[in-house]
Amino acid sequence: MTSEHITVDDLLLAHAAGRLPEPVGLVVATHLALTPSRRETYREYEALGGAMLDDLAPAALSDGAFDRLLARLDDDAESSDAERATAAGSPRDAVDPELPAPLRAYVHGRLADLPWKHYGGVSEAPLPLDESVYRARLVVLKAGKAVPKHTHDGQEITVVLKGAFNDGIGHYRRGDIAIADAHVDHQPVADPAEDCLCLTVTDAPLRLTGTFSRFLNPFLRF
Amino acid sequence: MTTGALKAMADGGGNGHDVRLAQPAAVQFKGRMNGTKSAADLALLDDIEKVAVERDREAFARLYGFYAPRVAAYLRRVGANSEAAEDLAQEVLLSVWRRAHQFDPQKAALSTWIYTIARNKRIDALRRERHPDFDLDDPTLAEGEAPRGDTHTETEMVKDEIRTAIASLPREQAELLRIFYFEDKTHSVIADELGLPLGTVKSRLRLAVAKLRGLLEGVA
Repeated sequence: MTSEHITVDDLLLAHAAGRLPEPVGLVVATHLALTPSRRETYREYEALGGAMLDDLAPAALSDGAFDRLLARLDDDAESSDAERATAAGSPRDAVDPELPAPLRAYVHGRLADLPWKHYGGVSEAPLPLDESVYRARLVVLKAGKAVPKHTHDGQEITVVLKGAFNDGIGHYRRGDIAIADAHVDHQPVADPAEDCLCLTVTDAPLRLTGTFSRFLNPFLRF
Repeated sequence: MTTGALKAMADGGGNGHDVRLAQPAAVQFKGRMNGTKSAADLALLDDIEKVAVERDREAFARLYGFYAPRVAAYLRRVGANSEAAEDLAQEVLLSVWRRAHQFDPQKAALSTWIYTIARNKRIDALRRERHPDFDLDDPTLAEGEAPRGDTHTETEMVKDEIRTAIASLPREQAELLRIFYFEDKTHSVIADELGLPLGTVKSRLRLAVAKLRGLLEGVA
């Protein structure tokens, strides 16, 4: 394992530290929602942040800061209810079982209603996220079909939502993350049993005009 | 309870629980090794419950007195100026007030919960992005999450073990960990500032995390 290769563990740590760009964070949150065994590690990484927060030298606040907050508590009853309602999340009806909560915030409506584009055995639908740097999209690979062999200009991080695929490097099932580095030459093939649905994030070509070091490892805010 | 008295508590001037800060490090260490919790941490746990159940403002004042200055310090380190850091710290503590009922002491230590609120507000405010989190109430989750601790003090003890473990790391590893969590710098910038090759920064960070996990084995 060289330092240039990103591991899933690197992603968990970076997400707990709040360092991942939103689309990559979405892949990690989806992975955690579908993979309970990884949550323990992620919780530990968050606890690292908590422990270090405790040990930070306190910063001085301005005079009356607490009074000003107290005044806001006084008329907080309504907004508090509003925050609780928001925290309750979106309605549970009309939910595709393939989509865990983190993803549902980005997929409005049913999967079938997304603007799918079809290329042979592959279908793609973009997610509404900032596309200046990263491209996030849902991809369906038809059962038993292969994505044409390709290399990546940048990096590609994928989490499986349904079905499974094999890219010659590993076999990935629901909840698994596959990380393809810039120079990896791979060819994902869906398992024959069913179609494979994935969330895939790539860094867009624009990213490649950045500095060399960013190019080396763009997902971790290098 | 007058506002003035509450303020005195928030400033640490009342019978707040900030005594731990005054303890010598050796005493804290011994307390942890004996598996006991400092009275201060347990009192803050009582306080968050009082806020959740009774909407107790005295308890909130004590939480504010401990956490608001630390959250502000965190926000300044990640790049907010002092005014923005204070404004955001106020928002974080307001969320603590509003969401106290959501805090589950079996799943996370109090400071971990507050850290995640501060981290998410920071990303929202400073990067204008969201921090995607998995939702434990999600009915489509593969299975439920087991509580981390058997008792409500256990997660706090684990957190203190983590503090001990961080303190026992070589200084440059602990510092790198703090930079990784608390400074919004790319790895290249961190490498430049430390005068290290990029690969060394990455491997040192991984080493620090591996060591911590080794030290915590069997604890968490």
